[in-house]
Amino acid sequence: MLGILEAVMKILRATRMERCIGCYSCSLACARLLHQSLSWHRSGIRIRSAGGLSTGFEAQVCLGCDPAPCAHACPTEAFRQRKGGGVRVKRSVCIRCGECSRACPVNAIYMDAETGLPVVCIHCGRCTAFCPHECLEMIESAAGEDDDR
Amino acid sequence: MIGEEAFRVLLVNLTDGKSEPVLFGDPSEMLGGSGLAADLFAVHGIVDAPADHPDQPLIFATGPLTAYFPLMSKVVLGFKSPYNGQYAESHAGGRLALALRFAGYDALVITGAARTPSCLIVGSRTIEIRDVHYLWGLDVLSTGKHLRRFCGREAGHRSILRIGPAGERGVAFASINVDTYRHFGRLGGGAVMGAKRLKGILVLGDGSSSLPKGNAYRDLYKRVYEKVTQTPAMKKYHDLGTAENMLVLNELRAVPWRNLQTTHDENVHRISGQRFAEELLLRKTACAACPVGCIHVGLLREKFAEQNEFLYRQVSYDHEPIFAAGSMLGVTSAGGVLALLDEMERQGVDAMSAGVALAWATEAFESGVVRDKETLVPLSFGGVETYREAVRHLGLRTNDFYRFLGQGTLTAATHYGGRDFACVLGQEMAGYATGEVFFASQAYGFRHSHLDSAGYSYDQKADSRKSEDAAAFLMEEERRRVQLTCMVSCLFARNVYSEDLLQECLASVGCPRLAESIVARSSEVQAKRWQLKFRTGYNPVDISIPKRFGEISTWKGEIDTVFMHEVASRYQHAVRKLVDARQSARSS
Repeated sequence: MLGILEAVMKILRATRMERCIGCYSCSLACARLLHQSLSWHRSGIRIRSAGGLSTGFEAQVCLGCDPAPCAHACPTEAFRQRKGGGVRVKRSVCIRCGECSRACPVNAIYMDAETGLPVVCIHCGRCTAFCPHECLEMIESAAGEDDDR
Repeated sequence: MIGEEAFRVLLVNLTDGKSEPVLFGDPSEMLGGSGLAADLFAVHGIVDAPADHPDQPLIFATGPLTAYFPLMSKVVLGFKSPYNGQYAESHAGGRLALALRFAGYDALVITGAARTPSCLIVGSRTIEIRDVHYLWGLDVLSTGKHLRRFCGREAGHRSILRIGPAGERGVAFASINVDTYRHFGRLGGGAVMGAKRLKGILVLGDGSSSLPKGNAYRDLYKRVYEKVTQTPAMKKYHDLGTAENMLVLNELRAVPWRNLQTTHDENVHRISGQRFAEELLLRKTACAACPVGCIHVGLLREKFAEQNEFLYRQVSYDHEPIFAAGSMLGVTSAGGVLALLDEMERQGVDAMSAGVALAWATEAFESGVVRDKETLVPLSFGGVETYREAVRHLGLRTNDFYRFLGQGTLTAATHYGGRDFACVLGQEMAGYATGEVFFASQAYGFRHSHLDSAGYSYDQKADSRKSEDAAAFLMEEERRRVQLTCMVSCLFARNVYSEDLLQECLASVGCPRLAESIVARSSEVQAKRWQLKFRTGYNPVDISIPKRFGEISTWKGEIDTVFMHEVASRYQHAVRKLVDARQSARSS
């Protein structure tokens, strides 16, 4: 409609991982704030060393695909395309089939062994306040500019 | 433990290969960490058998705040030390604390000895004792590369402990490497693993736990996180790191140089924290759950052959390693320091102890107490390449001389002569020649560590020259630190985690009873540890402060040996009083 602006959608990006010190504060924050858990992997962002500690750290996190292969693979509406990239999650209709995780090209969806539920970044940005080196930022999504979606 | 339920402890017996998860103890009594380790040792330790007896326990203990708050990132290792035969603690970070927490255990107790060299793998649904006979003899770094291939799926969420040749061969100051850059360094934990034929331990942090309902914990975490990342006190560890001490202490004439022959040197700039940062610092890294990131990683660049053949390695450095491989050995090249630290790492010897041991050996060689036949290489202060050779001999225990030296500098000095200049205060000295109170506190402290009770800080800051004030300071500072090592907090956060804040944190994670009793309990744990040390053979009469310590001078002038011995005497007396009070409280 004329005169109504589309909200600018943002996605989380780990843009400065060369600075990462491997403190896991981001993972712990997501687990704490979104999943009411004490965990370093029940989190939308997971940190691992890239082949031994001397080669630095990498973040496994949703890149905000649009179209999202995981949403396409989901047989229910548990994962639905999010405008701007990534997915909106509706846990109540998740049947724990794991197809989302298998479809993800960057291994960003963690199938929690204890709950059976998929854990994925929803681009809320809560973790960014808990990175001491500003490795993480919310960037404007190019995909969100398309009014027709 | 969830809330204040009993601790969840995994008992692993390497002899019969059987394990048992058990519920143990009352957190509101033991707190955790140091307290939990002491009580587990009281149950599983054999007080009068040698440290390398297969049934002695290796105890890794976390605490009620592990993983819940920033810098609750360390683990207490409780064990009988092959160095002095007494109950001892060593502390390390890396990823072990979180890996243990997420594996679902408050503590891991390993007894027995494996039939063949093995790696223990523990996770939330895994216990495996895997034969790794093909890794026996490998250096620490190569061992790590191989162990990383096990359980690759959990990369990033696990901790890998390993020993090198020194631990395998029972060097009394063999260390345990934790996740490449951290260590259970002092008092020979590596030799206990070696005696158990335990080449490595892999802990998979593959579980999670729930949090208390409500906002109290979340809000408090945020507050603590902001405090930790913004307080000036923490900036020091983050900036140059502990390496900044070198220049400061040298100005005070309080750095041990060349086997403590002197306490000041003009060449200090070549191995200062600033020099390392300007030329060799590559990056910093952190222990899991610590947003400060004090691990300084330096670049070791080495030409290994003509035609510009170079290799590079990343070597972590801190004040103590720079002292031990630098000033204490007269090495004034930062690259040289890293090269030595790299060799010590490979062999799996504690850097501090090895540096001090070789410093004694150098003076012994230069003064004719020992000769080429003993040292195998012509040791001289500043000689990096000969020291590298010597470190290899130390790790491999090549001949009788290095065998003796690997039992401790004083053991070698007793055999060959040169006790007067063996820089041992209970164990090889730490990197501070600040004065009488520090020397007395290390010599007669619980784990003979500068971290026990901050004697080096008292020397610099206190006005009083009254020995009773010094002793009182050491006792209270020790209690404060025990309080932290029960949680288990990194001691670098000691000025963030006041008693009040610890109580708030404990209450927010469902431990109100612990919160209430933390002061009284930490004092009990302090007494308990000492009691175990006495029961396992400690007698302060066996410790003396070598002559060398009385021969130096600092910014305050010459060492006052009368004052030093007074402080030592009062300190011992205060410890005795604490233990006796506990003894009578228990029997009444």
